[in-house]
Amino acid sequence: MTFALFGVVSVSHYLVVGAILFTCGVVCMALKRNAVGVLMGIELVLNGANVNFVAFGSEYLAGDGRSVLGLDGEVMALFVILLAAAEAAVALAITLNFYNNHATVDVDRADDLHG
Amino acid sequence: MAEFLIETIGLPVWLSWTAIAGLSAFLILNVIAGGALVFIWAERKIAARIQDRLGPTRTGGRFGWLQSLADGIKLLAKEDLMPDGADALLFRIAPYVSFCASFCAFIALPFAFDVVGQRLNVGVFFVVAVLGLEVFGVILAGYASASKWSLFGAMREAAQVVSYEVPLGMCVVVPVMLAGSMDLVTIGEKQAGWASNWFIFHDPFTFIIFWVYYTCALASVNRAPFDLAEAESELVAGFHTEYSGLRWSFFFMAEYGSMFLVSALAAILFLGGWNGPVPVSKLLGLSDGMAVNAPYALRLLGCVNLFLKAAVGVFVMMWIRWTLPRLRIDQVMTTCLKYCTPIAAAMFVGVMLWQLFLPGGLVPGSFQNAAGVREGWLEQSGSEESVNKDSLSGITPSRRIAEVSR
Amino acid sequence: MNHEALSVLASLFPFLDWHGFFFLLFAGVACVAAVMVVLSDNVVRMALHLVLSLGATAGLFFLAGAEFVGAMQLMIYVGGTLVLLVFGVMLTAQTQLVALRTPAGDRVIAGILAAALLAVLVQAAFSIDSWQKAGQGVATAPTATPLGMALVGVRVDQVADENLVRPKSGYLLPFEIVSVHLLVVLVGAAYLARAKRRRVPRPVDLVASADSVKPGSPVAASSTLVAGGSE
Repeated sequence: MTFALFGVVSVSHYLVVGAILFTCGVVCMALKRNAVGVLMGIELVLNGANVNFVAFGSEYLAGDGRSVLGLDGEVMALFVILLAAAEAAVALAITLNFYNNHATVDVDRADDLHG
Repeated sequence: MAEFLIETIGLPVWLSWTAIAGLSAFLILNVIAGGALVFIWAERKIAARIQDRLGPTRTGGRFGWLQSLADGIKLLAKEDLMPDGADALLFRIAPYVSFCASFCAFIALPFAFDVVGQRLNVGVFFVVAVLGLEVFGVILAGYASASKWSLFGAMREAAQVVSYEVPLGMCVVVPVMLAGSMDLVTIGEKQAGWASNWFIFHDPFTFIIFWVYYTCALASVNRAPFDLAEAESELVAGFHTEYSGLRWSFFFMAEYGSMFLVSALAAILFLGGWNGPVPVSKLLGLSDGMAVNAPYALRLLGCVNLFLKAAVGVFVMMWIRWTLPRLRIDQVMTTCLKYCTPIAAAMFVGVMLWQLFLPGGLVPGSFQNAAGVREGWLEQSGSEESVNKDSLSGITPSRRIAEVSR
Repeated sequence: MNHEALSVLASLFPFLDWHGFFFLLFAGVACVAAVMVVLSDNVVRMALHLVLSLGATAGLFFLAGAEFVGAMQLMIYVGGTLVLLVFGVMLTAQTQLVALRTPAGDRVIAGILAAALLAVLVQAAFSIDSWQKAGQGVATAPTATPLGMALVGVRVDQVADENLVRPKSGYLLPFEIVSVHLLVVLVGAAYLARAKRRRVPRPVDLVASADSVKPGSPVAASSTLVAGGSE
């Protein structure tokens, strides 16, 4: 009774994890009315992409010992992390501004430009 | 050690790793718990001496050294209270979040050469990153308690810890730059030999940055004069106002655990780690002064060395706590943003230039860094060579770098 | 304990391969926590689950041999989420903002679309044969040093490749661009979030007087909000 999954972790398994994170993030961005919640969705999406980058860059996971991306995967993951931090800073500043002006963080109320 | 179990005794691989992991976890847990007991007792005695009192004198003999154990039993027996409006789940898990963060950071902390839970190639960053997660428990506690005191304490702590991560990170990078590795074991080993090899004495900039590090470490573990999160004169008890019994004691275990952790980190990064000020074993001919080839007894001696240095760090923290008044929140922020960060940045540049122009010290040859003896991770010892099989036929990174720059 | 007993024990627990076990553990935590982020309405709970998810992902990175990325994930990503958490606490101190509920109809539609998206992605993940081949499990060289060299423009991992006349160029230019970008973002965020003077008093000013704290510091803003919200 050996499980097929155990001991044979491959790139595909990481991709599935990345896909789940990505989907959750997309749903989160679409569903949440709270601006902070939307931000969390973005973080999840970027994180899911990061899992893929690392999986493709990992020699440890590669079936034939040579990873698809090599070092580039990890470098890309690093850049994604940095840009996610930058994005979070600006988005939070915007949220704070919005809150100061409207006393709410409900993104559905941000319709000033609606005409 | 796991290799020993696998090869000599013949245990299955997974069982060996399980056994070793369990043993390491048990030892680390004991270091934290035992350390908390000792440090709480020491804190009471030191506070008492500074305030011209005696402190605990009765429980467990002359010096009251069983006082903290008695307190622990009292805490176990206390009623576990939860406020009415509390967020039950978050309120319950908050202390454990704090404690787990403190505990996890110990995983990568070496107590002597290779006496480490898991030797990590990025040990320094791992420790600093995980230590920063401790604040999560505090914020959750403050939010879940449904109390304004708790919330205020937690928000103060959040602002403080997030700000102090910046200079702390900069200070930590300096020894990394000097050692050429982020591996804590390598950083410690590079300072083997006489006390003049310690990174704090490497050049004037590192001497200054050590004190910046200590200040930031003090702030990041919320000790006085930066203990605004639990300022008892304004906020009752801050974030743990509503906690009692065992949960409360978990917060304290976490606090004392991280105090010890940042002190030990200071010892490893700047104060020579497990190397004593005098290379006794080398002078006596017991070893060649390098811990790789040293017998295990000497490694135990290294543990004692590190514990002593960390204990001195903790002692100074207590001394500061009972001597200095608490800062205001704006003063805390000023200290971080206007003093610590610029000083750390300037010292960082200074160390870099020093490394470029005066790599051998002011008097040539006066600084005998163990540079070139071990080039980081790959050359830690002969047996590891086969395990860490380099994908490029055993060329070490430094040689590759040399090849590229040619 | 003799060898036979051990081998029996080992055959009873064939799944106790620690790499597989930890992969399942971290992957499970990451995915379940991510789903919980979507399902919970309370911002603080969401932030907690997000932290769990990101932390477990860092564990996955460590498992994949990307130690430096894992540590950076813990330091930057999770630290950034900490700020999210703080904002969540600040903004939820006002009770009507604790839970902004989504209509049930939207949830159903989102669920269907998400399932479709997930199906496509999972199908794509298993569509290439070479991706499905299990990893060799050989301990690889740590990547922190080559990573650092790549960021300053030298690709040490490409030197030994005979096919290349010159080693591939590194990431010095992107690195510089990102650093300048971060600086710009820092200034921009500080500019956006600064305390402004305005003629019409803000709602928070009506409740809390910000006399003791200096305006302009981030702490001043946060404490004002907290005070205003919890009244």
